[in-house]
Amino acid sequence: MNESQHVLSTLLRPRADHDRREKLIRAVLLLFSAVSIFTTLGIIAVLLRETLLFFQEVSIVEFFTETRWTPLFASKKFGVLPLVNGTVLVAAGAMLIALPLGLLAAIYLSEYASDRARKILKPMLEVLAGVPTVVYGYFALTFVTPLLQKIWPQTQAFNALSASIVMGFMILPLVASLSEDAMSAVPQSLRQAAYALGATRFEVTLRTVVPAALSGISAAFILAVSRAIGETMIVAIAAGQQPKLTLNPLQSIETMTAYIVQVSLGDTPQQSIAYKTIFAVGMLLFMMTLMMNLISNWLTRRYREVYE
Amino acid sequence: MNGLFANEDGRFAPRLSLRLRFGRLFQLLSLAAVTLGLIVLSVLILDIILNGYKWLRPEFFTEFPSRFPEKSGLRSALQGSLWMISLTALMAFPIGVGAAIYLEEYAPDNGLTRFIEINIANLAGVPSIIYGLLGLGLFVRGLELGRSVLAGSMTMALLVLPILIVSGREAIRAVPQSVRQASLALGATQWQTIQNHVLPYAMPGILTGTILAISRAIGETAPLITIGALTYIRFDLKGPLDLFTVLPIQIFNWVSLPKAEFQQLAAAGIIVLLGVLFSLNALAIVLRNKLQIRW
Repeated sequence: MNESQHVLSTLLRPRADHDRREKLIRAVLLLFSAVSIFTTLGIIAVLLRETLLFFQEVSIVEFFTETRWTPLFASKKFGVLPLVNGTVLVAAGAMLIALPLGLLAAIYLSEYASDRARKILKPMLEVLAGVPTVVYGYFALTFVTPLLQKIWPQTQAFNALSASIVMGFMILPLVASLSEDAMSAVPQSLRQAAYALGATRFEVTLRTVVPAALSGISAAFILAVSRAIGETMIVAIAAGQQPKLTLNPLQSIETMTAYIVQVSLGDTPQQSIAYKTIFAVGMLLFMMTLMMNLISNWLTRRYREVYE
Repeated sequence: MNGLFANEDGRFAPRLSLRLRFGRLFQLLSLAAVTLGLIVLSVLILDIILNGYKWLRPEFFTEFPSRFPEKSGLRSALQGSLWMISLTALMAFPIGVGAAIYLEEYAPDNGLTRFIEINIANLAGVPSIIYGLLGLGLFVRGLELGRSVLAGSMTMALLVLPILIVSGREAIRAVPQSVRQASLALGATQWQTIQNHVLPYAMPGILTGTILAISRAIGETAPLITIGALTYIRFDLKGPLDLFTVLPIQIFNWVSLPKAEFQQLAAAGIIVLLGVLFSLNALAIVLRNKLQIRW
């Protein structure tokens, strides 16, 4: 080996070392990103395994058509409809508050508020979204329910309405924030064109900006529904543990999430059918929210493509 | 609404003052929506402070929970929350930041990358109780970790990962390309560039996101109930495989007890919980404003 070759090899060796190190780091980082794929696969695998075991004991027809849900009683019935009914009832009530108020708040923040007012109001509103849900549960049970009982004395101590109201206000900032993003993305030129045709600010807002931002606003609405369906602690604390088919919001009901909590708080052995029910219910919940999240993401991407 | 543009005889008329009055009404209505949200927030905070403040004595922080409200405290809940947060951060931070670096600095624009991104977006919307079922099946039963604080923290780490990755990516993306080019031009490798130049500049943003992720974990209740965290613990937490409870579960337990004193204890617990969360958020805002570099 002559001298120049020696110099060359010492210069090149660290280079090769570096290359190996760079490749290793890149592989490790890719593995970290793939954790998200493993998580999704893990969720599906765990839910699917127990759900299939559940359906070996209970027919899928009974699960979707039976109108009683009593897996914890001596005479067991496995009809998920009462739980779905409770979930939909609470979520629908919450949407009656969160969607109109959230959209109005978004319109105020995007179209009417000055920059300074928006910079103060938006984070304050978002504090509502950061309050832990167990706190909202406490508020629903100890503040809102007594208030409702003063208005309608037949209101039960646990009821769907108090959970709905409180959940509505919890989700309001999500709707406001996402809808505002969509409205801010509407190009200024559309507003100017409407003004030039003689529209007032109200007409520009309602007939130009809101329709132009509609896909983003729909995405926000769907995400809000998905959030309401998956919300757990408020309903576990305030809405009760009585699965039944009813549309009366003053009564005690049970949602899918509250049922999972109820079983988890008891000491259920792994082989029992009760243990498997929570995975079957969880699977249904997961499918419902996943579908809505996928639609919402698709809508969000669509409006971004249109205006960016 | 076309009636707004016509007289009684149906002929066109601008009727501007009527339309403007309509607009002002609508503006007030939309302002009312914002105000209503803030009023509910204030009532909630006021209600909790009024119900709970008199239970905030020193013993409240040093005593275990008890059948007697006056002897009850947050000792096991505070220990559990502290353990859970530390373990969660320890696991989620490297994985979250690593994934953010990969997706911003390395990822080619291909199917795999898009699949990872769709996964992260969807995981952010999965109800937290589903993560609890995942933890129950995977960590508690599968890895046989039992109802331990470690199993709880692993579940929580997966739950906050999407928050960490999204905020981490934003922070890394905010570092200008010129910084990377300068480093690469001087002969640094890609990882040296990231390690010595991109990450230091992105760190305030990454830390802000980490704090937000931690505050999410502190307030989460449902997944930990699902994996089987206990509601009543009267011993000190000594290791990662011990049984545990956390602050929101202790609050949940007190809320579900019928005695009025326990409801007040729950309110006192909420004051502590919200106090911690608001301080963390304030810290995140300070970090963002003081340390973040404006390019």
